[in-house]
Amino acid sequence: MAKGLTKSFKRALWVYHCNSGSCNGCDIEIIAALCPRYDVERFGIRLVGTPRHADVLLVTGPVTRQMEDKVKRVYAQMPDPKAVICVGNCGNTGDVFYESYNLVGPVNKILPVDVHVIGCPPRPEAIINAVAKAWVKLETLEAKK
Amino acid sequence: MKQTATTKTSYHIPVGPIHPALKEPVYFEFEIDGERIIDVNVKLGHIHRGVEWASRKRNPIQVLYLAERICGICSYCHPAAFSLAVEAAADIQVPERAEYLRVIQGELERICSHILWAGVAAHEIGFDTVLYFTWQIREKALDLTEYLTGNRITKGIMTIGGIRRDITKDMLPRIKRDLQFFKDNFEKLRHIFLDDKTIKMRSQGAGILTKKDALKLCAVGPTTRASGVKKDVRVDTSYFAYGDLDIDYITPDVLTGNINGDVYDRIIQRLLEVKQSIDLVEQCIDEMPAGEIVSEPKIPKLMNQLKKVNGEGVGRHEAPRGEVIHYVKFNGQTENPYTWKVRAPTYNNILPWIPMLKGEQIADIPIVAASTDPCMSCTNRVAIVNNNSKYELTKEQLHKMSVEKTRRFMK
Repeated sequence: MAKGLTKSFKRALWVYHCNSGSCNGCDIEIIAALCPRYDVERFGIRLVGTPRHADVLLVTGPVTRQMEDKVKRVYAQMPDPKAVICVGNCGNTGDVFYESYNLVGPVNKILPVDVHVIGCPPRPEAIINAVAKAWVKLETLEAKK
Repeated sequence: MKQTATTKTSYHIPVGPIHPALKEPVYFEFEIDGERIIDVNVKLGHIHRGVEWASRKRNPIQVLYLAERICGICSYCHPAAFSLAVEAAADIQVPERAEYLRVIQGELERICSHILWAGVAAHEIGFDTVLYFTWQIREKALDLTEYLTGNRITKGIMTIGGIRRDITKDMLPRIKRDLQFFKDNFEKLRHIFLDDKTIKMRSQGAGILTKKDALKLCAVGPTTRASGVKKDVRVDTSYFAYGDLDIDYITPDVLTGNINGDVYDRIIQRLLEVKQSIDLVEQCIDEMPAGEIVSEPKIPKLMNQLKKVNGEGVGRHEAPRGEVIHYVKFNGQTENPYTWKVRAPTYNNILPWIPMLKGEQIADIPIVAASTDPCMSCTNRVAIVNNNSKYELTKEQLHKMSVEKTRRFMK
């Protein structure tokens, strides 16, 4: 670790949010987690505008055919070590869209998912909990180095 | 994408397709000359999940939950329109109390959605304090929704022939308290949005949609009403309990005296509608009759009834973003719908982007696009293509340009 950086610096996870065909339900709950009631920024968790700055990828939605390569590209652009969180039922199992002809999902067929968050949509508390779990994973990866 | 430019100096900017929208994710192609937008092109279809196709394998009650997941923000209006369509096809009479309860839920959704929009619009011009302020109010609205339905976002409250949860007498004080909270904060919001110099400078005269264009392009909801077109399903074809309530068309000239059809007018329009919604919920609470809340509480019996239906129905509902239309056809052989067609309001409100954006600056794209409420926020990627040499503009940079324009005005 570079000199002068505190331990908490590593725990401040930056999150990139990628919508792969979701209905918006999970997306607004993610934003709700960033807003004053839940305020994850006090833990150093914040949304960033580009995958190149992110530690954690939040994927919402079942992956549609058109979005498949875009999701893969977003994941490839993230620096290591990285973690993937799949938010919402439809990303995890397909949920109500499970049999649709235009889906290539669920997300774990395309990306290695580390944390599954269920709920349609999950509450902001569940999303914050998932980011904390992703932090455990990243810390384990760091320790192995 | 066409790469050929019409004039020597014009550029093409593709926007999208990573887009957090609803049923209609968008790919935009802007043709620009310097900072001015010359032309806009629209392409739809990235988040096609085959919802309508899936309905043919499910019974109407299951389709309700599918309809709920067309859009997370409009999670009430789609099942509502679907129920209306099925009820029209099967000739089901809904109890009077249920009609009032349906209005309450619909108006609560409108309050949530418009407050959410106000925050997004403020964010687009770099006024993040207001984003946090509005979302704090919205949390209160979500608390009330959770209290009444059990869920924050997807409510699961609608059912065919009625509604699933009643509002009892002991719930009323809490509802009244929250409505009072909205009213108090509404005044603050009104002051921020209508009197603030920065918001006025960024929104007045930007993204003008004339009445003629609004009619020609079939814009719906607040977008068209802000241009002075009196179009509101709640008044035009009375459904639910709207016929009993005191409701009229709202256009921005109520407050300002004239209609410009710009972004500022659309802000006023939505704020006025929040006020109208609070008023409607209050009216419903006062006038709600006692009685049943669902016409047929036994689902198997209802399914049997629907199985025999041979016919079609149309359901129209005024969603927060405009008119949503559902069409359902049953063939009398299976309990699954034979056809189900959904037309969501953003579909209509995408085309008006073209006259709105023509002649505007790139920095105005976020606020003008957001003014029709399609959630153009989040993850859009923009690439500027100049004779095969590419460079990319992320959504963040686009947002930064917008914020910088606000700063320039402030100087």
